[in-house]
Amino acid sequence: MATAENGSSEPKFRWIGTRPVRPDGVDKVRGRANYGADHALPGMLWGKVLRSPYAHARIVSIDTSGALAMEGVHAVVTAEDLPEIAPEESKIGEGPTNYRDLSRNVMARDKVLYHGHAVAAVAASSPAVADRALAHIEVEYEVLPHVLDGDDAQSPDAPLLHDDLYTKGVEPAPERPSNVASRVEMGRGDPERGLAAADFVVERSFRTKAVHQGYIEPHAVVATCGEDGRATVWASSQGHFMIRAYCAKLLGMEQSQIKVVPAEIGGGFGGKTTVYLEPLAIVLSSKSGRPVKMVMSREEVFRATGPASATRIELRMGCTRDGRITGAHARLEYEAGAFPGSPVGAAVMTLFAPYDIDARAEGYDIVVNKPKVAAYRAPGAPMAAFAVESVVDELAAKCGIDPIEFRLNNASKEGVQSTFGPKFKRIGNVETLEAARAHPHWKAPLAPNQGRGVASGFWFNGGMQSSATVQVADDGTVCVVSGNPDIGGSRASLAMMAAEEFGIDIERVDPQIADTSSVGYNDLTGGSRVTFATGMAVVEACRDAVRQLRERAAAIWGVEIDGVEWADGEARPTKGGGELEPLTLRDIALKAARTGGPITGRASLTARGVGMAFGVHICDVEVDPETGKVDVVRYTAVQDAGRAIHPSYVEGQMQGGVAQGVGWALNEEYLYDDDGRMENPGFLDYRVPVASDLPMIDTVIVEVPNPGHPYGVRGVGEVPIVPPIPAVANAVASATGIRMTELPLSPPRVLAAIDESRG
Amino acid sequence: MNGLGYEAPQSVEETVALLARENGAARILAGGTDLLAQMKTGAAAPQLLVDVKKVRELSSVEEDEAGFAIGAAVCTAALAEHPGLCAAWPGVVEAARLIGSEQIQGRASLGGNLCNGSPAADSVPALVAAGASCLIAGPGGERELPVEEVIVGPGSTCLEPDELLVSFRLGSGKAKRGDAYLRMIPRSEMDIAIVGAGVCIELDDFGVCHAARIGLGAVAPTPLRVDAAADALVGSRVDDAALEAVAAAASAAADPIDDKRGSAEYRRKVAGVLTRRAAKIALDRARGEQ
Repeated sequence: MATAENGSSEPKFRWIGTRPVRPDGVDKVRGRANYGADHALPGMLWGKVLRSPYAHARIVSIDTSGALAMEGVHAVVTAEDLPEIAPEESKIGEGPTNYRDLSRNVMARDKVLYHGHAVAAVAASSPAVADRALAHIEVEYEVLPHVLDGDDAQSPDAPLLHDDLYTKGVEPAPERPSNVASRVEMGRGDPERGLAAADFVVERSFRTKAVHQGYIEPHAVVATCGEDGRATVWASSQGHFMIRAYCAKLLGMEQSQIKVVPAEIGGGFGGKTTVYLEPLAIVLSSKSGRPVKMVMSREEVFRATGPASATRIELRMGCTRDGRITGAHARLEYEAGAFPGSPVGAAVMTLFAPYDIDARAEGYDIVVNKPKVAAYRAPGAPMAAFAVESVVDELAAKCGIDPIEFRLNNASKEGVQSTFGPKFKRIGNVETLEAARAHPHWKAPLAPNQGRGVASGFWFNGGMQSSATVQVADDGTVCVVSGNPDIGGSRASLAMMAAEEFGIDIERVDPQIADTSSVGYNDLTGGSRVTFATGMAVVEACRDAVRQLRERAAAIWGVEIDGVEWADGEARPTKGGGELEPLTLRDIALKAARTGGPITGRASLTARGVGMAFGVHICDVEVDPETGKVDVVRYTAVQDAGRAIHPSYVEGQMQGGVAQGVGWALNEEYLYDDDGRMENPGFLDYRVPVASDLPMIDTVIVEVPNPGHPYGVRGVGEVPIVPPIPAVANAVASATGIRMTELPLSPPRVLAAIDESRG
Repeated sequence: MNGLGYEAPQSVEETVALLARENGAARILAGGTDLLAQMKTGAAAPQLLVDVKKVRELSSVEEDEAGFAIGAAVCTAALAEHPGLCAAWPGVVEAARLIGSEQIQGRASLGGNLCNGSPAADSVPALVAAGASCLIAGPGGERELPVEEVIVGPGSTCLEPDELLVSFRLGSGKAKRGDAYLRMIPRSEMDIAIVGAGVCIELDDFGVCHAARIGLGAVAPTPLRVDAAADALVGSRVDDAALEAVAAAASAAADPIDDKRGSAEYRRKVAGVLTRRAAKIALDRARGEQ
């Protein structure tokens, strides 16, 4: 682990940049932390979901009487129990969501659109009774032809998933419905002119498969809804305010009628930025008058929760002989699953970001009879980076230029016009490339059958709304209350920023994550925004509390507030203020009742000044030329973190992103049979990497502070999954001389390519 | 799972009597690493579990002059802790140690791996190569079968519902003999073999191979004993030409299917590659070089 320092006048911090033990660590290693499935209430029933056995079918009828007649069955829910929702775009989640579609994804109405689509749910006295009850629900289907692949879905005679879906973003507007939900286009300059002037042009087509986020914890919820129509929900998610808003919208309730209590989360990676079970649990509870618990099986997680899009990307890029990129054009087709809303828009925006080039990209959002996709770390970007970074690698080779030098020659930097709109502010793209070039890994020798790849990645990062309160207790401790589920060590980072602001020991800060009724509104944990945006709210709330502490000290001393300064956890008289003894946080807190009451700092904000982030990864692989097996033998991830609050959790994010990206590159894929049924809905045959598949992943944190954050923070959670796919593919190309353009780079596929190249 | 019973008999006779009484409704529980997973998915719904771990013959490794008797329910981790077995049959032990994870290996057994009947069972090709036989007890007494005759199709064995696999018999340690097992999986562990190859080679005093056995897994409905590949080694010094011939014979003997884990074409190719590589390791062991 290393940190590359930038700038000469570094501020000195007591806590920022250190590695204290995480406040939630003991409960987690001792098994005391409460995850989604750990909650239970007296009288609780168990809910289960009946799922479609067909990839595409019309629901002719549903007869629930058999299930309702069973002993121990308390309620059955179908789409008829949910309000019909009008089309309306949500602004809350991560990625585009339409409430009508969300409602129909939670519970199929009229048609089932993928194998595993929910058609009914039961609440019963035990999981076993609930399972048996599902078998007594009779659904009559009229099976329809299905389409599983984005290419097939665009054919004129493809079965239509939605007969009211007309492609948006096309002029003139189409007269007939299709499976192409929308088209987006974006770019800068005239790339065709640049391509025509290029000495070298590379044109390639890339394909990637649907992959799952692979969180360890399946979706789980307990809900109780009383006679007064008020509901309380305990759930594991990336945002309890998101659950509240979605459930209210989908059930025709007011948000004020729902309280959501966040559980500890066992992984989300974007996949828990939407709802599946929560609305059903509320309705089952409302109908039965009992609390209802629902927990998905792993198989349900695979069959019915969001994967990341399968994609096809066609890319042309050209450069001059001396390594200046002259233009690029990309066409991106992203599968959205059963409802519109792939992250193709984000892909179109991000793919050229590391480069100061004239480029255009057009993206298509395509529906198919597979589960609706959900956000997955830097949604849409890793597949696009696979295309761009592979072609950049080829162009560098054609020019005979070192691939990092080639990237530096074309690198985006402050003031450059991006292809997606704004000019870049202070970014660390160049610094990150330079740190990668300076790393010993870049020049280390390779053994036979080994190859080395490098790739860049970019992610915008998010700001959005955050709230925090800080409560000063009379023992001189501070409770920091915020409202974002902690998926990456954010409790630790927020506590450290608070300790820094108050000038107190980290042990005296207690970070808590409060329910929807106990803290101001917070957008969900996503977009790598929590340490940045909620961190900013925490800093502001701390400064609010410190101002109050100074006021109290001023009142005790009988001086103006300007006569009091705050340092190292105590109020001190400013210079010339005489011989007054400093008042500690505890001294002031003990006197709070007599000086104006409890001291509570608060802040609510929409965070501006987001710091965009870049990463550069170096990967060495060894390819077995006789079996096609690719082993990652060395890996170094370099990333601009702005400023690393807790470097261990920045490194953890980087290593986690690499692990997931390597899995995506090498072995992960959804496999479907001809009937549209997923063949590998479990971790045995859906192959995420195991620990022994990966080397120690070395990390280098570059710090180019974000001027938009009090401590210089940039989001760090998403960028690290962007470079791994092309870094692995470029390494395989270097080891074998073969450019692989279709994922995964699994042993059979790699061996077939090797055998083909041998003729 | 209503009415699921559990018995833990102390002897082979008692176990066989229970199995006979239940007439197919009982399942033998050794480590349970396959059975419990099948019960969870509903693929198996026994009325009685007969836990055989308290039966001495099934839960111990005995060594005498004739060789080893490995109890069918001995966990694979215990095999790795048996120095005599590790020295005599490193290929068998390394195959057993590929099953599942470290935790699974505290439960999983050779008997369970065989009786689960999977064509991809890791220990089976290694046991085939080692010339292992199985001691099977039933109401009428005992019978002994070569290990390759036990699995008769995917998920099915030749054992009668009232028969019990008691132990595996393996020869004693021997100089100038080496065995080895390799498998292909897309990951580094925690996976099911796409191809598995077990090879055992015996050399004479002049370094010429005078006996060989080869087992292949996951390339046919059952694990295979491939005599044609073994014949390519016998009489040779296991030189490059012989190793190429072994690879070709193994590929030719493979009769795989396309499935979610690999294509038939891929399996056929890799069967040859792994057999050749396993033969080289077995040769090094026979020469005392590894």
